Amino acid sequence: MTTKTKKTTPVEKKLIGLADIVIQSAERSKDPTFQIPIRALSNVAFNERKGLIEMGGKKQERSFFNVGMAKKFMQTVLVADALSELQRADLTTSLREIYYRTKHTIKNSHENTFDTQDESDPVIEDLEVSLATLREELHVRAENSGSIVGPVVFGDDGDRVDCSKLGKGGYSVPSIVEPEYLEIRRCTADFVLLVEKGTQWNRLSEDKFWRRYNCVLLTGNGQPPRGVRRLARRLHEEHRLPVYVLVDNDPWGYYIYSVIKQGSINLAFESQRMAIPKAKFMGLSSADPERYELPRNVGIKLNEKDIARAKELMNYQWFKKPAWQAEIKRMLTSGLKYELDALANKDFQYLTKKYLPRKLKEKDWLD
Amino acid sequence: MGKKKDSASGPDSKSSVPRANPEPAPKKPAAAKAAERVTAVEMGARQREISVSEFFTKNRHLLGFDNPRKALLTCVKEAVDNALDACEEAGILPDVTVKLEVMSNGEPVAPSQANRFRITVTDNGPGIVRQQIPRIFAKLLYGSKFHRLRMSRGQQGIGISAAGMYGQLTTGKPVKIISRIGPKAAAHFFEVQIDTKKNEPLVHENKQIDWEQPRGTQVTLEVEGKYQKGRASVDEWLEQTSIANPHVKLIYRTPEGETKEYPRTYHELPPQPREIKPHPYGIEFGMLLKMLQDTKSHTLSGFLAGDFCRVSPQLADEICKAAKVSPEDKPRELKGPVAETLYRTLQETKIMAPPTNCISPIGEKAILAGLYKQIKGEFYTAVSRPPSVYRGNPFIIEAGLAYGNRPQDQNRPQQPAMPKAEGEHEEEDSELARVIRYANRVPLLYQQSACSTFKAVLSTGWKNYGLTQSRGALPGGPMVIFVHMASVWVPFTSESKEAIADYDEIQKEITLALRECGRRLGLFVRRRERAASEFRRRNIFELYIEEVVEACNRLKGGTLPKQKLKEQLQKIATSRTGGMKTDEALGKTGAGPEGLPHSIIVTADGVEGETALATQVESDQGLVVPTAEPNLRGDPTPADEPALKEDPTKSSRTTHRPNMRTAQSGQVTLSPGESKAKNRSGGKSPKPAKTVASKKHNRTS
Repeated sequence: MTTKTKKTTPVEKKLIGLADIVIQSAERSKDPTFQIPIRALSNVAFNERKGLIEMGGKKQERSFFNVGMAKKFMQTVLVADALSELQRADLTTSLREIYYRTKHTIKNSHENTFDTQDESDPVIEDLEVSLATLREELHVRAENSGSIVGPVVFGDDGDRVDCSKLGKGGYSVPSIVEPEYLEIRRCTADFVLLVEKGTQWNRLSEDKFWRRYNCVLLTGNGQPPRGVRRLARRLHEEHRLPVYVLVDNDPWGYYIYSVIKQGSINLAFESQRMAIPKAKFMGLSSADPERYELPRNVGIKLNEKDIARAKELMNYQWFKKPAWQAEIKRMLTSGLKYELDALANKDFQYLTKKYLPRKLKEKDWLD
Repeated sequence: MGKKKDSASGPDSKSSVPRANPEPAPKKPAAAKAAERVTAVEMGARQREISVSEFFTKNRHLLGFDNPRKALLTCVKEAVDNALDACEEAGILPDVTVKLEVMSNGEPVAPSQANRFRITVTDNGPGIVRQQIPRIFAKLLYGSKFHRLRMSRGQQGIGISAAGMYGQLTTGKPVKIISRIGPKAAAHFFEVQIDTKKNEPLVHENKQIDWEQPRGTQVTLEVEGKYQKGRASVDEWLEQTSIANPHVKLIYRTPEGETKEYPRTYHELPPQPREIKPHPYGIEFGMLLKMLQDTKSHTLSGFLAGDFCRVSPQLADEICKAAKVSPEDKPRELKGPVAETLYRTLQETKIMAPPTNCISPIGEKAILAGLYKQIKGEFYTAVSRPPSVYRGNPFIIEAGLAYGNRPQDQNRPQQPAMPKAEGEHEEEDSELARVIRYANRVPLLYQQSACSTFKAVLSTGWKNYGLTQSRGALPGGPMVIFVHMASVWVPFTSESKEAIADYDEIQKEITLALRECGRRLGLFVRRRERAASEFRRRNIFELYIEEVVEACNRLKGGTLPKQKLKEQLQKIATSRTGGMKTDEALGKTGAGPEGLPHSIIVTADGVEGETALATQVESDQGLVVPTAEPNLRGDPTPADEPALKEDPTKSSRTTHRPNMRTAQSGQVTLSPGESKAKNRSGGKSPKPAKTVASKKHNRTS
């Protein structure tokens, strides 16, 4: 390394390591090859003791002088270059910007380095995994697509953010919530309620449910982004708050819950920092329609995809608990799924006034 | 065809002549009055013979004179067919000149606007004896070809006289003929017209003239027509004629005053087809009756053995026995059910297929020469099927292919590389193949979809051979498919000879020939693809090395010895992609078209395969052809090439047909000036170097 005024970050060092692999292999007339852990079901295992999905040791080789991999290899180096540029300039950016930054037409050809973003996104994930760095550490952020409200105070870029004084809109959860970026100054809540959909979060926020039950309301608008998951995990870890998950009663809802609890297959390597093994499934449970007397006509018939996905879930090791098998089986037997929104059939405020209070009172949740 | 009784049309007589042959009285007299009756006598009075000429005057579309454009082509076609048939029969390599001139009354007219043309076709053939000239050109159904079973272009003897009649009908001008049968004989000039009532020639002018040609015939027709280029034009027809007849030197002076020359590229006349007697399977009952009457034999067995082919005296006796007739019967006395039994017996008896020396195929070499001459491609192949028989008529199917673009066209500077945006892709070529069809060496331009050949092309699964093909469509790609049927009697679907009828036997042969072509093409295409993928492989690495080195350099803070890293990576790339092996796959070292008989492959560096033939074609077209000169590419290992190319034992793929290439190149007949030694060296030489390739594009296509 030559003289450099700025100190090289550890992440940057890792990225430069890729260039070193190329240089050293070339020196020895070897085919430059990167080792990339496999991100698939075949390479994850459920650690029952920790309650996490963990990545296995299987790796794939990505070598330059292999027709099938040459382009991917080239793309990997290009992305690494772009990422190290971010490190040097200390900027954060989005996946899409990385795609545009690395896209150009290769000299003397019609070929583009990347044709669509679908090509660059997996390369970034590959780098996260193989360099064992988090996306946040690579300075790549996702859209801010989560909201939080409740008795919690953050420090963000020196600003004090009191989430109990942000009206019904709450605070938009940034995609990077590591302590260096987001400080949790104070938290007096009793628990965290993570809601799948914005509609229900808005309802609860509007009804000031959080004030009455002293909780933090979080939503990720669907599959919660990393920022939301990581923040929930931090609240759970640093402030000992139990986390409850409220999702639709369908296979996708179950899976969202399982990602929050055990981590995802694709990003299994991040389970360590993201997963909340003690998170509880509040609802909607397939037992709720009966218990809360939801009429059958607000259900939706399961389609073939739903059924297939449900059966797939039943085979995941982390859904093997008898209670869960019963839960999923019950849904399959009824042949119906229910949206959270269906609760409005009884009353607009049924969720706030009846459903959740009764759930909390009866401690009616699944683990 | 011909004499046909026809009742007069429409009652035109108003008289009520008493009936000569009163029929039972009509039940309803009123009705009888309303519809005027015509007696048989009256009708009989109106019934008379129609001359064939009159018949064709009214039905000219049957002969290909439906519209002015087609009529012009038909006239040219008939004159050229006659010229070629005459030359070939006389054993003369044909030189034919076709001249089209615009005729107008004073004002000059653009060829595309003109509606009257003068067609002059001159050949170097044997000429015609004076006495026959009028009848050949001005009497329908007069000719030498109809009555014998022998392969020729013309068949029925109506072609040229019908063209003359068409001219007479549309312009009133007679047919002008100059003919000379040898340098010592005088040249005769005739002007003839046809008496359409009698179907007899009327001679307007008959004199001896001076003619610069020592021998040959010249026909001049003036006709109404329309000259338009493009599909099914005179130009296209002549071009296709030249493809199937590379032994012909053809000069074409277009109405625009241009001269197109189609040189002779194959210096050997097609073998003279023999005349054969009809095969019993090929005749109909009526024909048998006629033959029984016309025969010169006095006994039935003599007739059978003498007037049919493949019937021996022994077999004749057997047939008679089976038909329960005496071999000694007089043929003329055989009639009715007995004759019918004989006919059936003939059809049921197992008789050897007719001899096939009555047809002369174009031959693989000549097809290759023709295709190579006229069509710019990358790969050529030709197949002649063994003779086969339909309805007792022997025939041969030949097929050929010209595929791809010439290498120099492929490397045509691509449009300046415009960076592609997301969602943009290379445009795909959607060109479809073209089928060129021939019957007895004559191109067929009309009614493609009704033709057996075209149907066979459609039903062939070209996808198996690496081409694209939509359901029920022609295969895609830059390709010309050549199909030729040679037979003593080509079964056309109509008198205008535009499409070959759909006999199963014919269809099957065409399909087999096309499949063989397809197989060879498939091998070629796959080989090319392999080479291309190798090329891509190497190319990919070369392109990506640049990117990777630049990115690594930036990662390392711009301190990298870039050139060194690049060279190191390039070295690895070369060793990984197999170096020489790739060159070979790319055709850079030129291992010949192994396993591809009767094929020519054109690469950027020259020609492979029937190189002798290709070289021949090149030299005939006046192009510089370096022979066994050291190659100009500066390839580091030029010595390897001839060895690779020539030694058939070294290449496993050619072992099943050892020495094939050498044996064949020996068959090519070269023009007098060139020796066989050159021919052989043509096969051995490192491919004719770049000069050849770069000159090729001068050729007309």
